[in-house]
Amino acid sequence: MSIFEYNGSALVAMVGKNCFAIASDRRLGVQLQTVATDFQRIFKIHDKLFVGLSGLATDAQTLYQRLVFRHKLYQLREERDMKPETFASLVSAILYEKRFGPYFCQPVIAGLGDEDKPFICTMDSIGAKELAKDFVVAGTASESLYGACESMFKPDMEPEELFETISQALLSSVDRDCLSGWGGHVYVVTPTEVTERILKGRMD
Amino acid sequence: MESVFGLVGADFALVVADSSAVHSILVHKSNEDKIMVLDSHKLLGASGESGDRAQFTEYIQKNVALYQFRNGIPLTTAAAANFTRGELATALRKNPYSVNILMAGYDKGTGPSLYYIDYIASLHKVEKGAFGYGSYFSLAMMDRHYRKDMTVEEAVELVDKCIIEIRSRLVVAPPNFVIKIVDKDGAREYAWRESIKDTSVPTA
Repeated sequence: MSIFEYNGSALVAMVGKNCFAIASDRRLGVQLQTVATDFQRIFKIHDKLFVGLSGLATDAQTLYQRLVFRHKLYQLREERDMKPETFASLVSAILYEKRFGPYFCQPVIAGLGDEDKPFICTMDSIGAKELAKDFVVAGTASESLYGACESMFKPDMEPEELFETISQALLSSVDRDCLSGWGGHVYVVTPTEVTERILKGRMD
Repeated sequence: MESVFGLVGADFALVVADSSAVHSILVHKSNEDKIMVLDSHKLLGASGESGDRAQFTEYIQKNVALYQFRNGIPLTTAAAANFTRGELATALRKNPYSVNILMAGYDKGTGPSLYYIDYIASLHKVEKGAFGYGSYFSLAMMDRHYRKDMTVEEAVELVDKCIIEIRSRLVVAPPNFVIKIVDKDGAREYAWRESIKDTSVPTA
């Protein structure tokens, strides 16, 4: 068993027309035992930037605290929010600092950049960036998420349709994964608003 | 083998722990108190390596007390839980403590709360939580019978159900348990559930 699969997770981000969505499952487990069904893996960095941390829950929490700390320092020095591209480089650098004793997390970063252009990106646990134009996935359900996203995704969706698509992709993927599921958390971000929705899912 | 569990009721939280000190196949002691009264309104139920448990819980207790002396206000339960997680997480990549913690507390305004912190420092706020071999039974019992608005009497009845289940279904069941409660009036020992007493040693 891999340490990345210790707690179980499913994470996905998708690009729409001038918007993006990021979603995760809600399970916190210890191998096959479910500890909680209201766990948070997606965090808001600022109004137009979200990060999801799949993998080991403890490292997701540690990493989130370090990222918030670094982003706050940036805000104080620069008097502005970080661009998603910049933030992705920051995450990458923080992860690579621990090259030979990594955080066991695979992050997903999603944000709106200059002129509200959506940006999504994922990384491995040592910070190798993987940029995408359509969708990115991570976690123990990543294989099934690839399949679901590949067949459900359409370019330039409006926020409502994007929400439906990402939710259906997430819910159908976690049904084929024992370590993730128990509902979902979905954020749809447009230039003017952030909608957060909690999905009910299969409880088995 | 070790069983620690806890739950949050209407206006209180409780923690239950077995009281066996076991090494290999020998039971050294059956009245070992594994629930520390952290401060006036906090309980710290811990399981794991007995040396680590004693050292780490005392370290947390003294530092929480130090904070109170320095600042004149006590840490909230959430703050103490996050501090504990921080210490465990720092130790994790140096010299890890193998202790699993259930922290229960009562704060003015927020009411009772229970935090699950495992030895790799995953922190989560829960309504009911458990560690050890007993968790297979106590979690199942609590999933079936737990309600958010339980009174102390109802909760203790549920705790007794859990203990009966552990005693009757677990091969390596511990004989004795201690129940501690925290509510607006403070943290205190509530009761023992003993099926054997330590035999007194005859004096010379």
